[in-house]
Amino acid sequence: MGTLIWTTIGAILTLSVYSFLYKDNPFYKFAEHLVVGVSAGYYLVIYYYNFIDPNVVTPVFQLRLGDQPIGFGSGAWWLALIPGLLGLLLYTRFFPKVAWVARWSLGIYVGGYAGLGISPVMQARVIEQIGANALPLTSVTNVLIVIGLLGTLAYFFFSMKHRGILGVFARTGIVFLMVGFGASFGYTVMSRISLLIGRVSFLLHDWLHLV
Amino acid sequence: MRRQIPLALCFIAGLFMAVQYFIPHPAVQNTYELLLGWLQTLLAFAFLLGTVSLIRMHFHKIRNRADDRAFSWVTLLGLLGMIGLGFIHPQHQLPGSPFNLMFLNVQVPIEATMFSLLAFYIASAAFRAFRARTLEATLLLIAACIVMLGRVPIGDLIHESIPAATQWILNVPNLAAKRGVMIGVGLGMMATALKIMLGIERAWMGGSD
Amino acid sequence: MNVFEKMLAIDRRWIFLAIGIAVIVPFFFPLGLPVVVTPPVEHLHEAVDRIHPNDAPLLLSIDYAPATLPELEPMAMAILRHAFERDVNVVVMTLHPAGYGLAESALLQAAEEMGQEYGTDFCFLGFQPGTSAVILGMGVNIATVFPEDAYGTPLSEIPMMDGVRNYDEIPLVISLAGWSAAEAWIYYARQPFGQTVGAGVTAVMATDFYPYLSSNQLVGLLGGMRGAAEYEVMIDRMDKGVQGMDSQSIIHIMIIILIFAGNIAYFGARRRKKQEEAEAA
Repeated sequence: MGTLIWTTIGAILTLSVYSFLYKDNPFYKFAEHLVVGVSAGYYLVIYYYNFIDPNVVTPVFQLRLGDQPIGFGSGAWWLALIPGLLGLLLYTRFFPKVAWVARWSLGIYVGGYAGLGISPVMQARVIEQIGANALPLTSVTNVLIVIGLLGTLAYFFFSMKHRGILGVFARTGIVFLMVGFGASFGYTVMSRISLLIGRVSFLLHDWLHLV
Repeated sequence: MRRQIPLALCFIAGLFMAVQYFIPHPAVQNTYELLLGWLQTLLAFAFLLGTVSLIRMHFHKIRNRADDRAFSWVTLLGLLGMIGLGFIHPQHQLPGSPFNLMFLNVQVPIEATMFSLLAFYIASAAFRAFRARTLEATLLLIAACIVMLGRVPIGDLIHESIPAATQWILNVPNLAAKRGVMIGVGLGMMATALKIMLGIERAWMGGSD
Repeated sequence: MNVFEKMLAIDRRWIFLAIGIAVIVPFFFPLGLPVVVTPPVEHLHEAVDRIHPNDAPLLLSIDYAPATLPELEPMAMAILRHAFERDVNVVVMTLHPAGYGLAESALLQAAEEMGQEYGTDFCFLGFQPGTSAVILGMGVNIATVFPEDAYGTPLSEIPMMDGVRNYDEIPLVISLAGWSAAEAWIYYARQPFGQTVGAGVTAVMATDFYPYLSSNQLVGLLGGMRGAAEYEVMIDRMDKGVQGMDSQSIIHIMIIILIFAGNIAYFGARRRKKQEEAEAA
C-alpha cells in the first residue's frame, strides 16, 4: 500500500510536468518549484553526511577521525580545521564589506583544479589523439581519417584567412564536421526519446501495471 | 591584498598541482595528497553556496510579496522538508527511509520528466526548424537520418547496408571530426588553465575592486 | 493558404500528441525486433568476462542523475547482472550526489535478484565530491578517499576489500555518466595510472567518445539505450533497454518523416510564393 501511494505521488508529479505541453499552468509551476527545493535539500544532506561531517565536523568538534580519537590541537585536528575554515570563508561573499575574503579560498580552489588538469588533459586529449591518428596511409579509411582531422583543425585555425591550400582543407573539414554533427544529432534524438520511453514505462508498468 | 594575495594563491596552488605529477619525492606527494583533500572540502562548501543563494532568493521574493511568492513557499518547504528528513531521521541513508522515498518518488520523477519534455520539442523542431537550405545542412540531415535509422532495430530490418553505413559514419568522418574538436578543445583547456594560473584570466575573482 | 502553408501552420501540440501515441503503442503491441550487437559493446562485455570470479573487484562508478536515468540505469542493471552471474566482486561508488540514491537502488535490486551478499560479493562506497581529486586520490589509496563505506563500516572491515589498496588491484573501472565523469576517469585514472577504463554514456555524448575508443583509451563503450539493449542481448537478459527499442524504432521513423515533410512544406511554400510574386509582377 505504501509503495502504491508513493508511486501515485510520482505519477501525479509526472503528469503535472507533462501538462506543460498543453500550456504553462500552476500544476507545472508547483512541480518545478518543488523539485528545486527537494533536490537542493537532498544534495545538502548527501554532501554533509558523506563528506563534511566525517572530514571536518567530526574531527574538529568530536575529536575523532573515523573510529580513532584525535587530540585537540593535534596535527590531524588542524588538518581538518584549516580546509573547513577556508570553505567557510567562501560564504563571506554574502556580506559586501568582506566579500573580497572569499577570493582567498577561491584562488586555491580555482588554481588547484586548473593545475591538476593540465597534464592529464594534454596527455589524453592531445598527445594520445595525435598519436592515434598517425595512421599508415595504406587504406581509404585511414586516408579519410587523416584528411578529416587535418581539415577539421584547419577549419578552426582562424589566425590566417582560409585561402589557398588552407582554404581547401578548411572546406574539407566542414564536410567532415557536418557529417559528425549529423551523427551527433541522430544520437541526440535517440537520447531524448529514451527519456520519454523511461517515463512512459514508469506510468504504464510501475504505476498502472498495464504492461 | 584584495587581488594580489588571491592571485598569488591561485598561482602557487596551480603550479604545485601541475608539477607534482613529475616529482615523486615523498614530501611533494604527501603535500599533494593533503591538498587533494583540501580541494574536495572547498568544492563541498562551494556547492552548498548554491543552496544558500537559493534560500536568499526565495526569501526575498516572499518578503517583497512578489506575485509568484506562493511557489517560493513550495521551494522553501521542499528544501526544509528534505533537510528535516535527512538530519532528524536517524536512518536517513537506508533504503526505504522517508528521505530516500522522497528522493525516489518526488525528485526523480519530476527531474526525469522535465528532461523527457525534450523528446516532444525535438520532434517539433524536426518538422519546423531543420531545413536543408545549404549543402552543409543537407549533409548534416542525411548523416542524421542514416544514423537514426541505423541505430534502431528497424534499420537492420530494412537493409543491412544501413547499420553498416552508420558504423562507417561513426568510425570514419565522425571520428575525424570529433578528434579534431577534441584536440582543439584540449589545447583551449590548457591555455585557459594557464591563463587562470598566471592571473591573465581573472573572471573568477568578480568584483570591481 | 495553400497546402504547404497549412502544413507549416500546424499547431505543434498535434505533433506532441503523435509522438506520445507512437511511444505508448509499442508497449501494448511489441514488435520484438532483434537487436544486433556492435563491437564497442562486445569489447566491454569481454573486458568484464576477463575478470576472475571472487578475486579482484570490478569498480563501477554510477555517476548518473535522474535526468539520464532511463538511458543509464538499464546499463547499470545489465553490467551488475553480468558481474554477479560470473561471481565477480563489485565495488560501486558515485561521483554525483544524486547518484547516491540511484546507485544504491540499482545495486541492491541486482544483488537481491542474484542472491549476492554485502561485504563478500559487493559493497557500496557512497559519494565523494571533487571528481578529479577523488579519482586521483583512489589511485594512491582508496581508503584515504573512502575510509568507510556508505553505511559507516570501515573499509578494513569489509572482507572483499582486503588487499584492495588502489588501481593496481582493480582490473576494470566502468563509469556510467551523463556528464564529464566518464572523461574524468580517462584523464585521471587511465593516463596517470594506466587503469583500464570502460564507459557507458548517454547517446548525446556517445559520438564524442569514439576518438577514445579508437585510441584504446577506452576498452569499450555503451551508447544510450541502444548500448544498454545490446549488453542485455549479450547477457541474454532482456529488460528496459531491449523493451525501449521498439518505441525508438517507430519514433525515429516518425522524426525522419517529419524532417522530410517539414522540408517539403518549406520549399513548396517558398516556391509557391515566388510564383505568386512573379505572376503579380
